[in-house]
Amino acid sequence: MNRQAQAVVMLLFGGAILRASWTDVYLRYVKHGLRPFLIAAGLLLVAAAVMALRDELRDRPADPSERDDDGHRHGHSGPKLGWLLVLPALGLLMIAPPALGADTVARTGSMLNGTKEIAYSPLPPGDPAKLTLLEFGYRAVYDSGRTLRDRQIQLTGFIATGPDGQPMLARIILACCAADGVPIKIGLRGDVPRLPPDTWVQVQGRWVAHTAKDPVNESDIPYLEVDTWQRIRPPAEQYE
Amino acid sequence: MKDEPIDSVGVLLSVLILVAVLHRQIGHLLADPRLQTWLTVFVSVMVQAVPFLVFGVVLSAVIAVFVPRSFWARALPRHPALAVPVAGVAGVVLPGCECGSVPIAGSLIRRGVTPAAALTFLLAAPAINPIVLTATAVAFPKNPEMVAARGGASLAVAVLMGWLWLRLGHAEWIRLPHRPHLDGLPRMEAFWSACRHDVFHAGGFLVLGAMAAATINVAVPQSFLHHLAGQPALSVLALATLAVLLSICSEADAFVAASLSQFSLTARLAFLVVGPMVDLKLISMQTGIFGRRFAARFAPATFALAVLVAAALGTVIW
Repeated sequence: MNRQAQAVVMLLFGGAILRASWTDVYLRYVKHGLRPFLIAAGLLLVAAAVMALRDELRDRPADPSERDDDGHRHGHSGPKLGWLLVLPALGLLMIAPPALGADTVARTGSMLNGTKEIAYSPLPPGDPAKLTLLEFGYRAVYDSGRTLRDRQIQLTGFIATGPDGQPMLARIILACCAADGVPIKIGLRGDVPRLPPDTWVQVQGRWVAHTAKDPVNESDIPYLEVDTWQRIRPPAEQYE
Repeated sequence: MKDEPIDSVGVLLSVLILVAVLHRQIGHLLADPRLQTWLTVFVSVMVQAVPFLVFGVVLSAVIAVFVPRSFWARALPRHPALAVPVAGVAGVVLPGCECGSVPIAGSLIRRGVTPAAALTFLLAAPAINPIVLTATAVAFPKNPEMVAARGGASLAVAVLMGWLWLRLGHAEWIRLPHRPHLDGLPRMEAFWSACRHDVFHAGGFLVLGAMAAATINVAVPQSFLHHLAGQPALSVLALATLAVLLSICSEADAFVAASLSQFSLTARLAFLVVGPMVDLKLISMQTGIFGRRFAARFAPATFALAVLVAAALGTVIW
């Protein structure tokens, strides 16, 4: 790989990172908090590319024996492997794969495992009470639904196919990036939205004292009795 | 471009144009959900790693260009056996991810730091720093001793590996890739040249590691792990191996370990100690920066030592 090629690849990769962090695309892969660091890293890559191009243009008429940083002359595989950096750049610019969804839910066990006894404070006021799936799950499983009784609850997530073939509501929890994504699964009863997997819905309903076991890791899947639901557009930040 | 058989930039541009024209068709080819998940995990490992890679590369270029050689002679104890623990503690202070510490350690060796100390730093920096330990405390609210166990075991492994290198290591195992001579260049030009060099040496291998990690993420069925959880000795080895294969960033691995609650705390400690020190993308990057002969010895030795220390400490505590 010569300097010219390195400059083009860095420009492409840095540009791809900048474009993804400028729009909401980066939220499909990492947490919100990484954004300033992504922008800084993208700018640095672009700056390194510009400096390399500048040196390249300046040195062009000079003695060719000076070009000793092109790596391939010395038989190292390192710089040749550098071409691989084109792949994430193309992946981000051309494909921009979607956030993790129903496929991950089908293969990975739910978050709610282990027995904990936690007394949660009462739900925030409001009818319906808007909860994250994780909060609903914690309150249902670790506190036996004590704080959920007699309340209308609104949850937002995507449809995934449960172990019994029925639609469930799910969301992916990220700690850092999609490689560590773990799903949270909520079973549905009542007016179950029969929609294809990965469709986003907002459901409203009541907690029911029923749990199922996730066959993947024996974790608990709490249930919601759905009264009403509506299809929604996927949110910008799809992870919880 | 006399010695270049084909103009590489020309080829690259043709590929780009082809991809741009055909990107609909390519999109259809990639419609399979599992392939989509693979792509998402691959891209996200790269996106997550980029800031840390760039940070590490810039810091290693600063070490290469702006920090005089004499500084390291003054900053570290002269005796290598003493320099090792100092390097371990220095790793605690510097918050970083494993992707950044590989080029930094390479740069330190180039600048005359004894390899044993640089390698201890390489192992300690991603494993025990304030961010990682805070994340561990948040992920294990009921087991605060996990933070101390992780910090203690990781520091012990890093320092022991440094001393082990002093006794058994051979300098010729480390083959740093050829880098253009920076000494004659103006400082800023040398800085950018060093950055570029490291981005491609470390970055290319990072891509390879991210692909491997994405493949494992998609291909290994989780229910398989569940069956291993019941057997104490096997479960420690299983989670240590999983840490190598998954290649999760050290700032996130505590949350994954917490979610593996069917496993014993000792097994999860092994996961947390091994992960930041040995994983697919690290092995790949170490091959790129230090050479194949080095990585083939260093990674298995670190793995074995990390499993032993974690298992021993876990047995004592729990």
